[in-house]
Amino acid sequence: MRESAGRFTLAIAQISTRLGDVQGNLEKHLALARQARASGADLIQFPELSLTGYALQDLTPTVALRPNTKDPVFRHLLQASRGIDLIAGFVEADARSRFFIAAAYLSRGELVHIHRKVYLPTYGLFDEGRFFAWGDSVRAFDTRFGRVGMLICEDFWHASPPYLLWLDGADLLYFASASPGRGLSADPRLASASWVEHINQAYASLFTVFVAHANRVGFEDGLNFWGGSTVFDPDGRRVAQSPYHQEAVTLAELDLAQLSRTRTRLPLLRDERTALTLRELLRMQASGAGQAGGKEGGHD
Amino acid sequence: MTEPAPDLTINTDLARQILVEFLRTEIQRAGFSHGVIGLSGGVDSALACYLAAEALGPENVLAVRMPYKTSAPESYEHAELVVRATGVQEKTLPVTPMADALFELVPDAGSIRRGNVFARLRMILLYDQSAEFQGLVVGTGNKTEILLGYTTLYGDSACALNPLGDLYKTQIRQLARAVGVPEVILAKPPSADLWAGQTDEGELGFTYEQVDRLLLLLVDGRYSPQACVEAGFSAKLVEQVIERIRRNQYKRLPPPIAKLSNRTIGYDFLYLRDWGT
Repeated sequence: MRESAGRFTLAIAQISTRLGDVQGNLEKHLALARQARASGADLIQFPELSLTGYALQDLTPTVALRPNTKDPVFRHLLQASRGIDLIAGFVEADARSRFFIAAAYLSRGELVHIHRKVYLPTYGLFDEGRFFAWGDSVRAFDTRFGRVGMLICEDFWHASPPYLLWLDGADLLYFASASPGRGLSADPRLASASWVEHINQAYASLFTVFVAHANRVGFEDGLNFWGGSTVFDPDGRRVAQSPYHQEAVTLAELDLAQLSRTRTRLPLLRDERTALTLRELLRMQASGAGQAGGKEGGHD
Repeated sequence: MTEPAPDLTINTDLARQILVEFLRTEIQRAGFSHGVIGLSGGVDSALACYLAAEALGPENVLAVRMPYKTSAPESYEHAELVVRATGVQEKTLPVTPMADALFELVPDAGSIRRGNVFARLRMILLYDQSAEFQGLVVGTGNKTEILLGYTTLYGDSACALNPLGDLYKTQIRQLARAVGVPEVILAKPPSADLWAGQTDEGELGFTYEQVDRLLLLLVDGRYSPQACVEAGFSAKLVEQVIERIRRNQYKRLPPPIAKLSNRTIGYDFLYLRDWGT
C-alpha cells in the first residue's frame, strides 16, 4: 500500500452468485481478485454470502466452511490475499455444528477478522433465523488501511452495530448485502435501494467515517438483487456508485486524510458522550424500561 | 367521502429491466434458451410476449394461438399484431376439435366447466409445444387475478415461471403501453373470450381500477378491512374481495402433503428451484 500517503484503492466486486456452488463462486472470487489487483486495487470487497448464494435454506450445512488454512476454499482465498486484501462472505460452521452468516477479512495470507451476522431477519420474505445462529459480537479491527468494522445487511438496518464500531475506533465501515429488490413505485429506484442508500449516507455523515457497501446482483428464483454498491466519504459525499442490477467491479480511491479534515470541521466523534449513553442504557435495562435489552433473553 | 387514490403508478423502465433480466436469467439457469407463450390477443399475454422477445430474442419465442370456434375474430387479429410487432415465431392450434370431442361426452357442462376445459386444453397444447420447441412456458397471470382466484387451476395458471404475477392489472396496462403493445389491445375491455360480450369486469362485478386500488391497501399496505372502509371503499366490496382472496388461497399453493416422516416435501425439505445454478 501507499500507507504513507494515507490513500488506498478499494474495489467493490458487485457479483451474481451460483446458489450452493462454492467452487464456482470461489473461481469468480479468485479471477476478480487478480483483475482488481492488476487494476491497482489494494482491497477487494465481496457481498454477503458471496461464496454460497443467499437463499440457501437446506443447502446451509452443505456449503459451510471452517475458515483456516486446511480448508480447501480458504486456502485459495488466503493465497490470493497475499496480493490484495480481501473481504468475502460465507457460511461459517463452528465446532458444534452451528452455522453463521459470516464475513472474513484476509490480508497477506492471514485471516485478520471474522464477523458473524448479529441480526438475522426472520420476517417478511426473510427466514434467516430458521437456518442460522446469531453472532454475538461487534468489534472493530486493525488493517493495513486503518481501523475498520464489517457488518452484514440487517446488521446495519439497526443503528447500534455501526454506532458500536464507531466507538470501537472504526474509521471505515465495510457493509455487505444480498439485498432482495422490492418496493416498485413511480420512483426510478426500488424502495429497498433508496432506503439502504439513505442510511449508508447517514452513517457516513453522522459518524464522519467512510462507508463502503457491496451488494450483489442477479436472481434467485423470483428474487432480484439490485446491486447499486456505494462508497460514501466522511462528509457523506458519494464517492463511488456501481450500476443497478448489473455485475461490476467499481474502484474507489479513498483518502484517509479526509477523516481528519472532516472531524476538524465537525467534531462529532470528539463530543460523543459515551458515558452518558451507557449510563442511560444501564438505567433502562435495570428498570426494564423501553426496549433496552429487549432481545437479551432471546438471542444473546 | 370519495374513494382515495392509492398510487399504483410504477416506473416502467425499472419494471421492464427487472422482468426482462428475470426471464433471461431464470430460463437459462433451468437449462433452456427458448420460451413458449399462449397468445390470446389480450393485454397480459401481449406484454409477456414483448418481454420474452426482448429477453430471449424473438426467434427464440414461440407464440401459440389457440382459438375456439366461437372466439372473437378480433382476438386472433390482435394476437397477429403482437406477432408482427415482436417478430416472434407463431403457431395456431385451434382448441375446437379437442374441446368439442370432450363436450360431446359431457353435453350438460355449463359455462364455468366449459371455460375451465378451454383453459386446461390450452395448457396441454402449450406444454406439448414446450417439449417440441424446447422452451419453457412463460406465465401471463397478473396479481389481481391471482389474488381474486379469477383463474383456472392447472389451466391458464400453469407455467414454468411468471414475470407478471406481482403487477396489478392497472400496472400491467402501464407497462404494456410503455413497451409498445398496440393501443387497440390496451383499449378493449379485458375478457376471457369464452362467449360473445363476456368481460372480466362484468363477471367480477367491479372494475380492475377499483379493485386494484383496494388490493393495494389490503395486501400491500396491510390496511385492516375497517381502515379500507374509512378510506372510502364500500363495506360490501371490501368484504367480497377479502372473501375471494381467502377462498382462493388453495389455487396459489401446491396441494398439501400429509406429513408422516421427519422430513416432508414442502414443510422441511426446502430448496429453491435455482438450487446448484
